[in-house]
Amino acid sequence: MDYAASDQAGSRGRMPVTIKILIAGGFGVGKTTLVGSLTEIRPLRTEEPLSAPGAAVDRLDGVERKTTTTVALDFGRITIRENLVIYLFGTPGQERFWFMWDELARGALGAIVMADTRRLADCFPSVDYFEQRGIPFVVGVNCFDGARRYRTEAVRSALDLDPHVPVVLCDARQRATCRDALIALVEHALQVLRNRSGYASAAAEPPAAGSAPAAPLPAPAGEPAP
Amino acid sequence: MPSHDDHWLDEEAGPVVRPYAVIRGRTRPSGEKLDLIAIITAVRGVRLDPSSLDPEHLEVLRLCRLPTSVAELAADLDLPLGVVRILLGDLQERSLVSIHHPIPPARLPDMQVLKEVVDGLRRL
Repeated sequence: MDYAASDQAGSRGRMPVTIKILIAGGFGVGKTTLVGSLTEIRPLRTEEPLSAPGAAVDRLDGVERKTTTTVALDFGRITIRENLVIYLFGTPGQERFWFMWDELARGALGAIVMADTRRLADCFPSVDYFEQRGIPFVVGVNCFDGARRYRTEAVRSALDLDPHVPVVLCDARQRATCRDALIALVEHALQVLRNRSGYASAAAEPPAAGSAPAAPLPAPAGEPAP
Repeated sequence: MPSHDDHWLDEEAGPVVRPYAVIRGRTRPSGEKLDLIAIITAVRGVRLDPSSLDPEHLEVLRLCRLPTSVAELAADLDLPLGVVRILLGDLQERSLVSIHHPIPPARLPDMQVLKEVVDGLRRL
């Protein structure tokens, strides 16, 4: 409790920054495993009742029609420092839960789309989703035992990815490789955000001769002194 | 009064009170939809009137004595997010919790925090 008191008094006086990262991909591709490898707390699951709006309830193949299905949502947490926390959310892998995605994606920094080279097509919907919404993502090729090792370039071309989208190899069970995939995502998102703010300022001003944007954001006053 | 020994029913009995009975059938919170990673903190030093609060409200307040995300609250309470949002809406109306909404990455005042994230992840 003393911790909270000092937290509010604020040795740094900063408000908490929470960052949302999604772990997407087809059913059974290793999303839950990846979240479990990275989280500092036991993987938490929460559930959402299947509500009518936007939910394709009649696509419950082979299951009797019902509306009380719950969507299990995996999530985990990584504390970078006091007041700077990453939350990981495993997206529901089945199509009938797409209505949950918009809520999950709102305000997300980006996504790792997990791919299994034996069933690459399973990650197409995730790739499409993030591409269409301009949400930064990387593709994490989960190297299962016995899975044929593809070169990342082969995966990139099979998924028809933009050249700037990183493709990384990882093993969802191995923390270090999952962490590297996460680093690749945050660096990529950083680049995307910088480019966008660059475009924004380029639109407002005559284009500077091909140089990198020097002033990334119209930063509000009150930038903390170093 | 029996204490918090609630193991007289096992899990197979199912929930004793169905989740939406807790919130009296309401399905929408009164305010805006709370983000999963909004941070909730119980306001300190407030005199509670237990008769105006349900046990679930008190449980929420107990869980967020330290700042806690909406998603973690839902998991710890073992209640659907929709129910937790309504409970939080009730508590917010009574000024019993403070809510810190997340800043979307595109609106971060600077990119320094993301560089800190990368450095922090490298140290994991």
